[in-house]
Amino acid sequence: MRWVNRTPGRGAALLLGALPLVVLAISYIIAAAARHAANPADKILPLPGAMAEAMALLLFQADPLSGEYLFWADTLASLWRLGVGLGIATTSTLLVGLVLGALPPVRATLGPLLTAIAVVPPIALLPILFIVFGLGEAAKIALIVVGVTPFMIRDVAGHVAALPREQVIKALTLGANSWGVMLRVSLPQAMPRLIQALRLSLGPAWVFLISAEAIAADVGLGYRIFLVRRYLAMDVILPYVAWIAVLAVVMDFVLAQSSRRLFGWAHAGGH
Amino acid sequence: MLSLKNLWVEYGDKVVLERISLDITEGSFVSIIGPSGAGKSSLLRVILGQERPTRGSITLDGTPLPAECGPDRGVVFQRYSVFPHLTVIGNTLLGLEFSASPFAARLFGSQRRAAVGEAEAMLESVGLADSRHLYPAQMSGGMQQRLAIAQALIKRPRILLLDEPFGALDPGIRADMHTLITQLWREHGLTIIMVTHDIKEAFSLGTRVLTLDKRRHDPHAPHRYGAGVVYDLALTRKAAMIAEQASITIDANHNNGHD
Repeated sequence: MRWVNRTPGRGAALLLGALPLVVLAISYIIAAAARHAANPADKILPLPGAMAEAMALLLFQADPLSGEYLFWADTLASLWRLGVGLGIATTSTLLVGLVLGALPPVRATLGPLLTAIAVVPPIALLPILFIVFGLGEAAKIALIVVGVTPFMIRDVAGHVAALPREQVIKALTLGANSWGVMLRVSLPQAMPRLIQALRLSLGPAWVFLISAEAIAADVGLGYRIFLVRRYLAMDVILPYVAWIAVLAVVMDFVLAQSSRRLFGWAHAGGH
Repeated sequence: MLSLKNLWVEYGDKVVLERISLDITEGSFVSIIGPSGAGKSSLLRVILGQERPTRGSITLDGTPLPAECGPDRGVVFQRYSVFPHLTVIGNTLLGLEFSASPFAARLFGSQRRAAVGEAEAMLESVGLADSRHLYPAQMSGGMQQRLAIAQALIKRPRILLLDEPFGALDPGIRADMHTLITQLWREHGLTIIMVTHDIKEAFSLGTRVLTLDKRRHDPHAPHRYGAGVVYDLALTRKAAMIAEQASITIDANHNNGHD
């Protein structure tokens, strides 16, 4: 059978997908064991046992200085920043993207401005954000918002503008005005695309969050990674990176599932 | 009822339609045929209000038509006529919701129940009564066009415009759709203008067949002359067959917004 025709079943696909992860883990352990055989005090590739030990301290023991469980405090702080940032980004994308996509005069007025904003690297704006918002939470949230919103708006506005012209005309012949077209034709069809844009923005959002936390923060996943880097503490950095990956995958999965659940018509396939 | 006077449509220096003058009477079924690029769809778009004619006037019952689509003219396109995010009943209800509720564009409570009843009756007449909760993506092309017709008719439009509505359907389904549209046209006393590629369809359905083509041709500048009506055939025998019936276009329900 030709390879293009081989579609693995559900169980087989799961097994095949897990295979590279298992290979990666095993090769890490082999490499780590080899390094530890040469130098038992090696810090670059810690063994799983050392990682568990180091993480147990952060997970289950309150920090003597602040009295907080650092791992959970970091996770909570980062997720809060990410959540607020993405929430603001999503809400403004929906409002601006819809108006921009559905109303040609607005698109003509604000489109070039949006393009200009979108091409500025958000990290280059970070100093401005720190100056304007101070070093607190606002600047970090603002970086996420500034970083992902222009892309999301362009994506959603483009999608709305590309809806078949026939649909708008049909709605007008059914007695709609511009508001009605936006509310009943554009908005519902923008929603699945908005979730898709949000999923694609999760990666950049994490980048901006970690960058902002690395530069100025006193709690957060990114802050902790960059703090312990000074001590070559790979036994903390690696589990933290894995934890960030798990969080990102869970978010992506939840968004994908809710899109299927809420907007089944957009996933019906066929067309 | 619908009257076009000396209508010209030009795109830049390309003349698409020239000197179109037509009077379309109430209750007629006008088929428009002609070669590709003869401006059939342009004519339909101008009547629909999607495009503005370069010169000339269009009047409906004596009043000039605004150059914007409105509920007095319903339309069924070849594709993209129904909304993919709404179920069959949702698609049909939409026309009632837009006019009855300008702000929320939705109906609630007893108003909604009345509208649902009306929509179901309309779906019954196009043969979609059992599919009310399906989404368009779950339906065949023929069912989608049935839905598009129901969706347009619930507004009681003065004119129904069809832009190659059956062009994408396979022959068996197309024959069913011909039966359906003829039946709806007779029962509701519709005025229909249909653009088609299919000459047989044009003659079997229409009471009047218009052929658009270029009357003059300049070989050095083929775009300088537009198409006009070269044949205008009234199929009188069929026109006489139309029974005098209560017309759906007499808008007793005020679905169309104006009284």
